[in-house]
Amino acid sequence: MPERPRTERTQTERPMIEIKSVTRSYGAFKALDDASLTIKEGEFFSLLGPSGCGKTTLLRMIAGFDNPTSGSISVDGQSMEGIPANRRPTNMVFQSYAIFPHLNVEQNVAYGLKRLKLAGPEEKRRVEEALAQVSLTGLGKRLATELSGGQRQRVALARALVMRPKVLLLDEPLSALDKKLREQMQVELRRLQQAVGITFVLVTHDQYEALAMSDRIAVMFGGRIAQVASPKEIYQRPVNRQVADFLGGMNFVKAEIVEENGASLVVDTLGFGRIKTDKPKAFVRNGGAATLGIRPERLRVLWDNATAKFEVAGKVVERHYFGEITHLIVEIPGLEKPLSVTETNDFGADDIPVGTSIRLAYDPEALVAMAD
Amino acid sequence: MTAMRRFLANGWLSAYAFLYVVFLYLPVIFLPIFSVNTAATPKFPLSGFTLKWYEDLPRTPALLDAAWNSLVVGVSAAILSTVLGILAARSITRYRYPGRRAINGLIMAPLVLPEIIVAISLLLVILQLGLSLSLFTVVLGHVLVSIPYSMTVLTAGFEGFDRSLEEASADLGESAFGTFRRVTLPMVAPAIISSLLVCFTISLDEFLIAFFLTGTEATLPIYIWGQLRFASKLPGVLALGTLLLAASFLLMTVAEILRRHAAKRTQNEGGLYA
Repeated sequence: MPERPRTERTQTERPMIEIKSVTRSYGAFKALDDASLTIKEGEFFSLLGPSGCGKTTLLRMIAGFDNPTSGSISVDGQSMEGIPANRRPTNMVFQSYAIFPHLNVEQNVAYGLKRLKLAGPEEKRRVEEALAQVSLTGLGKRLATELSGGQRQRVALARALVMRPKVLLLDEPLSALDKKLREQMQVELRRLQQAVGITFVLVTHDQYEALAMSDRIAVMFGGRIAQVASPKEIYQRPVNRQVADFLGGMNFVKAEIVEENGASLVVDTLGFGRIKTDKPKAFVRNGGAATLGIRPERLRVLWDNATAKFEVAGKVVERHYFGEITHLIVEIPGLEKPLSVTETNDFGADDIPVGTSIRLAYDPEALVAMAD
Repeated sequence: MTAMRRFLANGWLSAYAFLYVVFLYLPVIFLPIFSVNTAATPKFPLSGFTLKWYEDLPRTPALLDAAWNSLVVGVSAAILSTVLGILAARSITRYRYPGRRAINGLIMAPLVLPEIIVAISLLLVILQLGLSLSLFTVVLGHVLVSIPYSMTVLTAGFEGFDRSLEEASADLGESAFGTFRRVTLPMVAPAIISSLLVCFTISLDEFLIAFFLTGTEATLPIYIWGQLRFASKLPGVLALGTLLLAASFLLMTVAEILRRHAAKRTQNEGGLYA
């Protein structure tokens, strides 16, 4: 197995942002409910969740546009209580980009520098440097109204980066771009963050965006943080059904707990038989029942006489073609819901007729226990 | 058949629209026509073309005084109403507080109050306060009637102004005042200039309130009113009236162009990402 290089960056274990039991209420409604979180220096951190989950509220409180009803926020060891937005070591890329329409690109980027009273050539150098970082060299004299959506976004980035903030906050920065441009910008943003080494906090409702760019992700629902972990951990070991559902497809399988000890669970399922699985950290036993989940791509069709150590037999009841992949819906005797299986189309999964009896291979480790 | 019917309908509609416009503007057209007529009485047929009525205007000291007074009153009223308008428009478009709508309604009310009632009430208040009537009291009256117009123009300028622009400015380290100076003001500058022009025009043409509230100093409309008693002065009044008409028309056109420019700029901002 080839060794996968992992670029070493400026990421350290030093906490950059500490959020301690922050609550934000509007009357009886709690936009954010007792959220605690530590974001490390140099980290690309994402707040992921559906609209109304409190992610933007939290970001705006870090920026200083909103204040916690209770709890505390500190940046780089300094409490942000009572410090207004204009005196915080954070800068923001707004969802609407908020490019000043009466100024050109250069003037937009230099806007915050004016307060620092730098010498003319120094200011010019920093503006040029910031424009180069976002590949906008030469467009300094353009008016904001003459820019495309992607270019406006780069101006917003340059305008924030030129301030050399300790933390860069990004409020759904890619949501206004079309799919192609968005995917390209995801790669660029990630590359930029690694180059400048600044802590990035991204708010997004797009799970793929969060998975593709982040070092760690906090998944939020209804004002609460459900799980904080690396993209891989979040995807493969979601703590509950809600998190699992939000990050792509998941087959849920009912199970009976046979044995529970420190770190593992032994369960009986009707379709998959007896399984030994890691016990999730936040696992709370709810009687004798448990829920297991397996991602559709972790089930593999067994062709001809191929066998696997762990397999399950069933019948194809539906087939959906998606170009590079095919979704098969497979009924398994004993399971109350059929399994969803994703298969790449290199072996002809797109030609399996509905009604065919097939066998599926799986890795018992891919079956993860989670809270309901 | 339908084409025929449509033509008939359109024909009637066009005729109606034409009459409508004639009714609105025919009286106004007579003013410039008779102001270049040689005869002292305004009647057809016209007797000949002359500019002598216009040439006489600068040779009338009372008229020059009135013009100067109007200018002073107009500029003061325009500046005052616009400053007050900026504060009110800003508050009404930016903040949400109880009574916001009611306050907006009360500010706009002078637009529909009978002007003579407003004039008499103001006169009573000013006399009760022991102020003497002067151009200053005229300015106060004009501010009162101009604010609704100034508010209309300014709220349009402030509305649709993307709030995140001001947040972005704060985020980049700028203070509240600095943000107002470097972002808000430049963004609404066209609306402010437009408001100044509209208020000036209203003050320039306003007669009733000026008539009640001025002391011995006449503004242009009061001067015109005084001249109407003398039949021989009529062509001069017509010439002056034509100039005032042209000035008002010009100022309002510029104001409207600026207002649209401002609206386009702020709305473009929001529209692009919507």
